[in-house]
Amino acid sequence: MKLNEIQDLIKFVAKSGVCEVELETKEVKIIIKTAAAKKGGRQENESPFMVQATTPFVAPVQQMQQAAPVADQKSADAKKTAEDNSKLLTIKSPMIGTFYRSPSPDKPVFVNVGDEIQPGKPICIIEAMKLFNEIESDIKGKIVKVLVDDSTPVEYDQPLFLVEPN
Amino acid sequence: MFKKILIANRGEIALRVIRTCREMGIKTVAVYSTADKESLHVRFADEAVCIGPPPSKDSYLNIPSIISAAEITNADAIHPGYGFLSENAKFSKICSEHGIKFIGASPAMIEGMGDKASAKETMKKAGVPIVPGSDGLLKDLADAKKNAKKIGYPVIMKATAGGGGRGMRIVWKDGELEHAWDTARQEAGAAFGNDGMYMEKYIEEPRHIEIQIVGDQFGKACHLSERDCSIQRRHQKLVEETPSPFMIQKLRDAMGKAAIKAALSVKYEGVGTVEFLVDKHRNFYFMEMNTRIQVEHPITEEVINYDLIREQIKVAAGIPISGKNYMPVLHAMECRINAEDPFNNFRPSPGKIINFHSPGGHGIRVDTHVYAGYTIPPNYDSMIAKLITVAQSREEVIAKMHRALSEFVIEGVKTTIPFHLKLMQDENFIKGNYTTKFLEDFDLTE
Repeated sequence: MKLNEIQDLIKFVAKSGVCEVELETKEVKIIIKTAAAKKGGRQENESPFMVQATTPFVAPVQQMQQAAPVADQKSADAKKTAEDNSKLLTIKSPMIGTFYRSPSPDKPVFVNVGDEIQPGKPICIIEAMKLFNEIESDIKGKIVKVLVDDSTPVEYDQPLFLVEPN
Repeated sequence: MFKKILIANRGEIALRVIRTCREMGIKTVAVYSTADKESLHVRFADEAVCIGPPPSKDSYLNIPSIISAAEITNADAIHPGYGFLSENAKFSKICSEHGIKFIGASPAMIEGMGDKASAKETMKKAGVPIVPGSDGLLKDLADAKKNAKKIGYPVIMKATAGGGGRGMRIVWKDGELEHAWDTARQEAGAAFGNDGMYMEKYIEEPRHIEIQIVGDQFGKACHLSERDCSIQRRHQKLVEETPSPFMIQKLRDAMGKAAIKAALSVKYEGVGTVEFLVDKHRNFYFMEMNTRIQVEHPITEEVINYDLIREQIKVAAGIPISGKNYMPVLHAMECRINAEDPFNNFRPSPGKIINFHSPGGHGIRVDTHVYAGYTIPPNYDSMIAKLITVAQSREEVIAKMHRALSEFVIEGVKTTIPFHLKLMQDENFIKGNYTTKFLEDFDLTE
């Protein structure tokens, strides 16, 4: 792997918003961790719409000549996740503001992974201009993943929860 | 100086503000509705946040969403552009309550100038000539008749909460008054929820000539000369130019002085425009004051060589102005290119722009947010570009405009380019013989 190829890969990964990439070929193993991994959230200078980029680490792997075995495994994993994800529903933010998981700092969170939700059940609070808006679910199912950390800014239509409908 | 400005707008003006902020080293935040995800202003800003679905009331007019966007991005100022919330006193107030500098007028100034009837009163007190009219709102039909006799026909009745040409009726003689009184109030009540009416002398064949002013936080105000915006269709401006072909220095001095008086009377801070009607005898009358940056600001920028957005930001940051007035040293003209079909009643034509090639060369400026492959959303106004030409003479400006319009390629949607091309070849327009009535008689067949 040439030095400029490694440099390009680092730049590509940094821009993509992915936290960590591990690439192993016959000649070299590279692990790239971006600052996003440490912060775990929104970067100051990254445009939010870049967060929606599709898994980019498959692309550079395809460019590498000797990456065949690793590439196959990575694509297989990516495909499986894609299949699982397509059955899930996403609850998106109905407004811009700050996302809170509990009604107040001293109270427990509204929902956890594994909890059952149904239409009308409060799942989070989004605060805008000091007004705390209780957001209710409009679907029935089980919380599979919480996509946003507590006390984090969210924009309109941003995915908040992954739900397995039932 | 501000560290980060949030632009509470979209389209070409959002891009315009972002560009100047970039030059000044100020970080920018763009807000956008889901319909504007691919818009240029979103891509050019340092940060962008989605604030809502396409309808304006849920996005660009949604005050909590915009304030929230400013809070989560730590913006210290908001530039409202034009339209939307730029002259919303409530928004101006909420910004200051949240410690965010509103780059525009204070709530008091907006309220004072927004109510047309009270704005006239304020101007009258300041000694600015106003159109002779009723003393405030008309009480009833009898009051209307009395005022009409006093002012002298023809008169025009206008809705105090009005705009966009609605709730207005011209009355040529006494017998028409009652019917006009009834229908105007009905229209005003329906459109603005307020059927209050006032009356003015109807100035026949007026020219719409406005004066650009700038006021700072220290009580100084100056003027940057005029713009002639008489080429209008249904009270919507289509072409603007400076200097006005009807202007003479004596009139400019008088109007400039009056505009500054108007600004100082309300301790105006920021850029603003005082609009006047000018009759054929060169008498001028205050019409209204716009407490924001205007669409046609580029033509003033080109003839006095100043970045008005930069001045706006500087004034908002507390930098004093020199107080010097500026006269145009060149000629400039702007054609508003709208996605409309000029040969079918200017019907809006949203859709995808397949090809886009803007004109270039000496004396050409294009302010636009569109590009080849961009889809014009149907939810907002139809202006897609402003074509500005600048030259040493009016004749040259028109020649450049005609040349630039014929180079301008926009395919995939209908635009008003063919209309502007026709206008540039019109004998009366070329002579500078036009008033606000001009387009009524203009031949709009293909």
